[in-house]
Amino acid sequence: MGLWFMFTNLFDNIHARGIHTGFGFLGERAGFDISESPIAYNANSTFFDSFLVGIANTLYVSVVGIVFSTIIGVIVGVARLSKVFLVSKFALAYIEIFRNIPLLLQILFWYNIVLASLPRPKQSIQLGLDMILNNRGFSVPRPILEDGFGLVIISFFVAIGLVIYLSKKANEKFEKTGKSTFLLPWNILILIAIPFIVYLILGSPLSFDIPELKGFNYVGGMTYTPEFLALAFALSIYQATFTAEAVRSGIEAVDFGQKEASADLGLSSYQSLKLVVLPQAIRVAMPPIISQFLNVVKNSSLAAAIGYPELVTIFSGTALNQTGQAIEIVLMTMSVYLVISLIISIVLNYVNKKMEIKGR
Amino acid sequence: MAIFKLEETKKAPSTINGKLRWILDNLVSTPVDVAFSLVILFLLYIIIPPFVEWAIINANFAGTTKADCTGDGACWVFIIHKIDFFIYGFYPEEEIYRINWIFGLLIAFLALFKYVGKTYTTKIAIFSLFPIIAYFLITGGSFGLVEVPTFKWGGLTLTLVISSIGIVTAMPIGIILAFGRQSRLPIIRSLSILYIEFIRGVPLITILFMGSVILPMFFPEGMTFDKLLRVLIVITLFQAAYVAEVIRGGLQAIPKGQYEAADSEGLSYWQKMLIIILPQAIKVSIPNLVGNAIGLFKDTTLVLIIGLFDLLTMVGLTSADSHWTGFETEGYVFVAIIFWVFCFSLSRYSKVLEDRLNTENK
Repeated sequence: MGLWFMFTNLFDNIHARGIHTGFGFLGERAGFDISESPIAYNANSTFFDSFLVGIANTLYVSVVGIVFSTIIGVIVGVARLSKVFLVSKFALAYIEIFRNIPLLLQILFWYNIVLASLPRPKQSIQLGLDMILNNRGFSVPRPILEDGFGLVIISFFVAIGLVIYLSKKANEKFEKTGKSTFLLPWNILILIAIPFIVYLILGSPLSFDIPELKGFNYVGGMTYTPEFLALAFALSIYQATFTAEAVRSGIEAVDFGQKEASADLGLSSYQSLKLVVLPQAIRVAMPPIISQFLNVVKNSSLAAAIGYPELVTIFSGTALNQTGQAIEIVLMTMSVYLVISLIISIVLNYVNKKMEIKGR
Repeated sequence: MAIFKLEETKKAPSTINGKLRWILDNLVSTPVDVAFSLVILFLLYIIIPPFVEWAIINANFAGTTKADCTGDGACWVFIIHKIDFFIYGFYPEEEIYRINWIFGLLIAFLALFKYVGKTYTTKIAIFSLFPIIAYFLITGGSFGLVEVPTFKWGGLTLTLVISSIGIVTAMPIGIILAFGRQSRLPIIRSLSILYIEFIRGVPLITILFMGSVILPMFFPEGMTFDKLLRVLIVITLFQAAYVAEVIRGGLQAIPKGQYEAADSEGLSYWQKMLIIILPQAIKVSIPNLVGNAIGLFKDTTLVLIIGLFDLLTMVGLTSADSHWTGFETEGYVFVAIIFWVFCFSLSRYSKVLEDRLNTENK
């Protein structure tokens, strides 16, 4: 009864306001520009194109946020358990300060205060290597790949294969003779040297488009807008505190006896970390870290407050205002997030399966 | 061929004890440690002294206008001048005493709850009386109080109203959803799972959009729906899904024997769940429930995006005043400190609760 009442109202309202229904609007001309887009887009593109741009920007800023928050989080989480007093207290202070301040406040602070107070393009801060920071954003040289650069990339993968082969060999030798080989420096050398030599042989098939001051702004290169910087920075800093807590609890979950036992067996502290402690710590720390990834994706929607053109800003904001087709647009936006969350939970289940304690 | 060779005798352990020992162990035990400590000291050196200089040494605390802020430091005069905005929003000045009354009553009721509420009946009575009184005080329109429409509510008051109502009303719905998820009836179970996973999979901001754009379409033309009420409904529905997941975790931690024992006592389903299982499940879940409450408290800032005037919005509004331009930094720092104090003390409190409720033998 109540549902029937609500739905008749819905249809009456849609009719009365003269709103079109259905997904026909997706093929129409959008008529608005988007300041930054990883895929081709202009005002003549369709609403569906703007939807795709929104998804692309959401994924872009999320991936950046996930990578940096994980790196910072792992470092801070390990530092939190450091025996060095200042290091562990500094990590604790970092976690407690940034975890307890709303993310939206942090985004607005970086955007409205820190980035807005940077100098104008003419007085830009030069960071060396042609990197430029001003209130229009952060410009870096854009690499231009010329013919033959594909070979350099292929040689990099060959190097990776070689490294895997060498570690396999070393493992076999270890199993047979008990002598371990310390491969890390060799591996790093192989990974850098082989692609570099190929690069030189091919005659440096790579050039850079360097940002230059023309009139009042920098032209050329790659520019990260203040919106992107504020969002990516705040996301990384904020989500890293949760990753750090997951890492800490993972390492703490490993019983101290395990370390003592491995020392008793004569393992070095590096071996005990690699073979005994880390495999057990990862099992505990991995699920919360992966569910943090979903939180990064969801929290990237706070961009709506500063206007970074991701899915919510572009589609649930601009496109909704232009078409008025609220129901279709909000449902499409939600389903994108649902698909992402589904993918992440599939990954999570797979990881959990892989890491289950075997043999029971 | 020598089978083994004698190793050098190890040195006797150091005899240094006390504070010096602690310093040797924790600050300067190896060169790498010293290097790390120095890096951190350097970081502290570039962060703390400039901040203290800005926030305290060069700051201005006394005065009434912008002209009183002379130094390079923070202008706290701005915060002091605008403090009513930050706390009460656009609530009419002559009615502000009503909100102060609510804050006072809250403390009184908490004391009553702790010292007078001995039985469940008195506790529930005290617990449900406060929101009723607070509701009449803050909205007005009866008992001779002037009505204050919700669009005039704002600042810390609004943040606290949204988060506390969200946290409290989401509890019962979340509990029912958690029961639903464990139900043996497939329709109820799958509907609960669908709801919980849907809400947890999408960002709060899209649900807020749904509440502000789509919800009004379900009601007849003339029927206007208070914006704050819509936000409260949406926030409650959102939080309920998260509460349900936490309670489910608690339910799963209850040994099967508890269910079987309740069944063999001849209790009905609801008696079993409400008297035996739920109290134990909630006890286990309290740390996570508080964690979720903190999360919601921080998330209330999102109402800024759909145009309510919460504490965070006040930073933008107050620094838009043409007499007081250029003090956004002070505003953000002040609001950040308020949020931080609330969240940090809640998380400390949950640690205390966790220890107190941990009745297992350790």
